[in-house]
Amino acid sequence: MLSNRHLLGLKNYPSQDIQTIIDTAFQFKEVLDRPIKKVPSLQGQTIVNLFFENSTRTRISFELAQKRLSADMVNFSGSGSSLKKGESLKDTVQNLAAMKIDAVIMRHSVPGTPVQLTKFIDAVVINAGDGTHEHPTQAILDMVSLQEKFGSLKGLKIGIVGDMLHSRVARSNIFGLTTMGAHVKLCAPPTLLPSDLGGFPVNISYSLDEIIDWADSLIILRLQLERMGQTLIPSVREYRSFFGVTSERMKKHGKPLVIMHPGPMNRGIEIDSDVADSNQAIILNQVLNGVASRMAILYLLLSKKNSEESDRDEQKLK
Amino acid sequence: MILKKQPSSILLKDGLILDPYVKKTYKGSILLKNGKIDKILKQDYPQDATVFDCKDKVITHGFCDVHVHFREPGREDKETLETGCNAALSGGFTRVCVMPNTDPPLDSPESIRFIIEKSKNLPVHVHPIGAITKSQEGRVITEMGGMIKAGAVAFSDDGIPVSNGQVFRLACDYASMFGVPTINHAEDPCIRRDGVMHEGTVSAELGFTGNPDIAESSMINRDLEISQLTGVHLHVPHVSALKSIEHIRKRLELNQNITAEVTPHHLYFNHESIRSFDTSFKVAPPLRTEKDRLGLIKALKEGIISCIATDHAPHTIEEKEADFNEAPFGMIGLESCFGSVYKVLKNEMNLLEIIKLLTVNPRKVMSFETDLFKKGVEAEITILDPNREWIFGLDYIKSKSRNSPFIGESLLGMVNGCFSKGNYFFLS
Repeated sequence: MLSNRHLLGLKNYPSQDIQTIIDTAFQFKEVLDRPIKKVPSLQGQTIVNLFFENSTRTRISFELAQKRLSADMVNFSGSGSSLKKGESLKDTVQNLAAMKIDAVIMRHSVPGTPVQLTKFIDAVVINAGDGTHEHPTQAILDMVSLQEKFGSLKGLKIGIVGDMLHSRVARSNIFGLTTMGAHVKLCAPPTLLPSDLGGFPVNISYSLDEIIDWADSLIILRLQLERMGQTLIPSVREYRSFFGVTSERMKKHGKPLVIMHPGPMNRGIEIDSDVADSNQAIILNQVLNGVASRMAILYLLLSKKNSEESDRDEQKLK
Repeated sequence: MILKKQPSSILLKDGLILDPYVKKTYKGSILLKNGKIDKILKQDYPQDATVFDCKDKVITHGFCDVHVHFREPGREDKETLETGCNAALSGGFTRVCVMPNTDPPLDSPESIRFIIEKSKNLPVHVHPIGAITKSQEGRVITEMGGMIKAGAVAFSDDGIPVSNGQVFRLACDYASMFGVPTINHAEDPCIRRDGVMHEGTVSAELGFTGNPDIAESSMINRDLEISQLTGVHLHVPHVSALKSIEHIRKRLELNQNITAEVTPHHLYFNHESIRSFDTSFKVAPPLRTEKDRLGLIKALKEGIISCIATDHAPHTIEEKEADFNEAPFGMIGLESCFGSVYKVLKNEMNLLEIIKLLTVNPRKVMSFETDLFKKGVEAEITILDPNREWIFGLDYIKSKSRNSPFIGESLLGMVNGCFSKGNYFFLS
């Protein structure tokens, strides 16, 4: 059903696969409107949520998606992890694999760990955020939300505002959205952008007003103060005055832009509460679409496995 | 590779003798007597000599690597002087200089004596490079005079840059009275930050903290100015960036007393390799762009960089199987050196010029004997088959570690034998 066995990132991910996931997500969204929000699609499948880095919404979103698909799941969380106790990444995951699991949802603070994981174990791996590299399921849910709002992604103009340097959400969105035919512009000070953006099909503007004039929708990124080991901006006050999506700025433009934010928000810094809570914002839709999108991804990657296994069982019976 | 004692009379028969010292290539045989060069001859072979048939093979000087890490003392789980020497020999190296970033570091005459003593009976000539500062802390310069007396051939805090310019200036000033080279691992720690790969398009996509080329080039420029001021011989290790080459070029035009080396991995790979997230590509300085890589090859052709050094850096597999940020920097390189270097340079330079980068030129940096086919010189000979294509793999690794990005690579040119310190191995 999908051409890749894992979902590690959206760089070079085929557009037809993204579309399949989006379409399936809409089907599962209907399930979430039913009084009994559960389907037996992944019965008997075991999924480990391997979270080496703190997460609230992504982990809960995955857990809900798994429960609603009737999968069995185990949670592992721990920042710092057993690696700090001297155990290698390989040992940690091979221990888990020895317990016969079908899929691993992995979050880690270091880029590429889900890719390394695929070399160590034989299970479907879904990247739930690897450092500042990619966060493909977040980008998928953003695209589901945008398609829901606009009907299609093709030709959409998306402004991504803020700390792109530390944002896995931005990277996955840039690759996903441009693959689907949307146009992306980044808006951030140079110190919050990679020095060489040659690998990204995007334009840059240092003027938020220019971006607001141009865009159909803004994805506002969290100012990741905890990742800034050094001072990359002179002050929050100065950042807010140039790159904050404030209520004054939005009023000035009076444009019905669709406002998105992957959360958690720093209200009053990159986005004002008035804007975040306004009708323009679809931030809570994003959250609901997150569950539906993750159901779609799990279903597409794991139910294929079901059918292969039942094929094999049938063969054995013959 | 099975190492044997040399018989008293040896005839390396009918090979292509490639003498990088006199810059000549000719067919002939070399007669060794009691481990020393006796004569080069084309006929009238002595009857009593043990014959090694070198037909279709190249007989040349043993390679010399001025930059290896053998981890002893302190990390004998990664490498020892003995296993390091085995790795060296199998790569055709008969002489190596070991870096002082051991545990404890080689920062005193006593620790230099430890290396000399420990490597006396090993089959490769091992020369310690002493630390520039005590405990490699970058503060107080070491007892260089005593260390030279004990056998140190150069000074470096390799692995750790001497970031305080005044300390490096003092070290160069002091070292200049002994006429030995100083070597600084040039990466400005403030600019480098916690960069784990080259800062560029790939690091931007993968989300890794980048280590920009100017971290290297700006510190090399500082070091070049300090070398000019103090008159010391500055040897620039593992040059990786085009911008650094430009600084070195300008200084060479002023006839400054400087030399520079490049590693096989910087000649062979670029930062695109990191897309695999394979930690065996993690190295300092990092693999850079294709433009930088081609610039390094050009710098070798133009003589701006005069030697190849492997920066052989063994790490345990457990350490390398960590995530990319956690994994240590460095890769082994002795065994794969010639096959990788010849493959990259074959269409750029002739074999004699390439061999010089591994023999005469590095020996000159450390003032070692360079006329190795002269009568009476202790034999340091490497036998090669330059046309042999082979796939590098674990079977060829003699190091205690196996953190090599060359595993699985098809290489060109193989080392078939080595004659060194009274021992030899020879694959017929």
